[in-house]
Amino acid sequence: MIKKFLTTLILIIGILLLYIPILIIMLLSFNNSQRPYEFNGLTFKWYTQIFSDNSLFSAIINSWSIAICATIIATILGIFIALAINRMKQKYKPFVMFLNNMPILNADIVTGVSLMIIFTLLGFTFGRFTMLLAHIFFCIPFVVLSILPRLKQLDNNAYDAARDLGCTHMQAIRKVIIPGIKIGILTGALIAFTMSIDDFIISYYTTGEGFSNFSTWIYSRLNRRTFNPAAYAYNSIITIGSLLILIYINIGIRPGGKKIEKN
Amino acid sequence: MKKLIELHHINKSFDDQVILDDFNLYINENEFITLVGPSGCGKTTLLRIIGGLESVDEGQVIFDGKDITKLEPNERTINTVFQKYALFPHLNVYENIAFGLRLKKVNEKEIEELVKWSLKLVNLNNYEDRKIDSLSGGQQQRVAIARAIVNKPKVLLLDEPLGALDLKLRQNMQYELKELQKKLHITFIFVTHDQEEALSMSDTVVVMNSGLIQQIGTPEDIYNEPKNRFVANFIGESNIIRGKYLGDKLVEFENVVFECVDTNFEKDEICDVVIRPEDFDVVSLDKAKLIGIVTDKVFKGVHYELCVDINGKEYIVHTYEEAEINSQLGLAIDPFEIHLMKVPQIEKA
Repeated sequence: MIKKFLTTLILIIGILLLYIPILIIMLLSFNNSQRPYEFNGLTFKWYTQIFSDNSLFSAIINSWSIAICATIIATILGIFIALAINRMKQKYKPFVMFLNNMPILNADIVTGVSLMIIFTLLGFTFGRFTMLLAHIFFCIPFVVLSILPRLKQLDNNAYDAARDLGCTHMQAIRKVIIPGIKIGILTGALIAFTMSIDDFIISYYTTGEGFSNFSTWIYSRLNRRTFNPAAYAYNSIITIGSLLILIYINIGIRPGGKKIEKN
Repeated sequence: MKKLIELHHINKSFDDQVILDDFNLYINENEFITLVGPSGCGKTTLLRIIGGLESVDEGQVIFDGKDITKLEPNERTINTVFQKYALFPHLNVYENIAFGLRLKKVNEKEIEELVKWSLKLVNLNNYEDRKIDSLSGGQQQRVAIARAIVNKPKVLLLDEPLGALDLKLRQNMQYELKELQKKLHITFIFVTHDQEEALSMSDTVVVMNSGLIQQIGTPEDIYNEPKNRFVANFIGESNIIRGKYLGDKLVEFENVVFECVDTNFEKDEICDVVIRPEDFDVVSLDKAKLIGIVTDKVFKGVHYELCVDINGKEYIVHTYEEAEINSQLGLAIDPFEIHLMKVPQIEKA
């Protein structure tokens, strides 16, 4: 009885700890006062301010454009890298997989600083381009990692069969291989997008010339008195948005369990 | 009969390992030919070379009089049924079968007719809309065959297509494949490691080992007159005994002289004698030419398999009558059941 009570209690505390910050931010997004410690009435003005505060709005646009571009490019490159690794000889595979997994295991700060050094050595101007490069770089391993198991599951002869039935090399990849690993590609792209859109550390070290995405923008404003609560509003929109997507996916999967993969 | 495929001096190695060594073979039109051999003998590689999925190191592949050695698989009028079917799980049965036709830009009406026709040939009427993973192994096998024959290839390559099926299903499919080949009037090149399958289905059997042809012939030839020890052992069970040809259709082994039917040996030439286990006749001891002691018996259903010790050597004998272990057994052999093989030069010395 006590044991059950305790587990429930710990569960409730855990959930609260996870959700209270989110709820607080949502609350603040409706707070009429600009200061977080005082509450004087509800308002929607911060939601309109997302669009009227130019620096915030452009940071948000930057975040999205970087995330979308990085996802697309990393996914395309990741597909080809995964295809190549899959066809590699068995004895080299573990080594290449190690190389692929290293950036994932590596601390963001190390990745960020080392990319900064490399970009400096290459003489790049820091800004949109370097940040995009960095994001592509750290997204690729996730894409590769989510595609490879799918490739392994694919019948070894699927490519041969496509060729045998009249496909050229590229047709076989497009008509048989890609559809066969579709779920892996979508998963990879989704992970890449998530990683990119909420990255701060690597972005911080690889940007410059006043180019900032949402996370670096918040960091640069954090200590100012004039911190714009429109950022809370944006955060709330993102939270509600993801929640809706999650609910939609879960409802979509449920009936008959059709969308769930067999394995 | 017209030669449809000619393989000239094919050499192929993987990482210094020789898979095919100066390989030559002719395949006729409308022939059901089976490549049989233990795993790793190069039979699948040979099939992939014919299909264009594997390149050759040296040699030529001639198809219908034209050199196709360098052609891509999609440029050959040859289709393959793969070992594990290699169906496309993201497409349904209809789209799997229509796959090759769509690439050829056949119009939709014709595709529909052809898909129906091929599904009927493999006895899968009304399966068009089924998903691949809702089919049993046997049904997937049929779809794979339909997907290949719908393109009306001149040659159908089958890479151990029945390997994953259970015994009963496999026997049915053997029969159906044979029927299908007769109906379609095309060449089937069938790869298997199952010697029984090879014997029961083929017009011609090619026995392979370590990249070389051991023997080519009709199933009867291969079984009754194996050319060497490998073939004798691989195709069915054999007792192989060293013997001496005495001339005049007489051969001596186990210190007994037997009549035989072979003549192409020198007098006093050393030879290998092949006797199939079912070719021994169990006779009473006074009529016996060989007498041995039964050391083991196994009931096999149709017959008993006996291990018989003759002068310290073990023989396998198949007989319908039971025999007691440790009892004496008298054996005789009809002259036409004794097959003599040349002994390789190296072993004579």
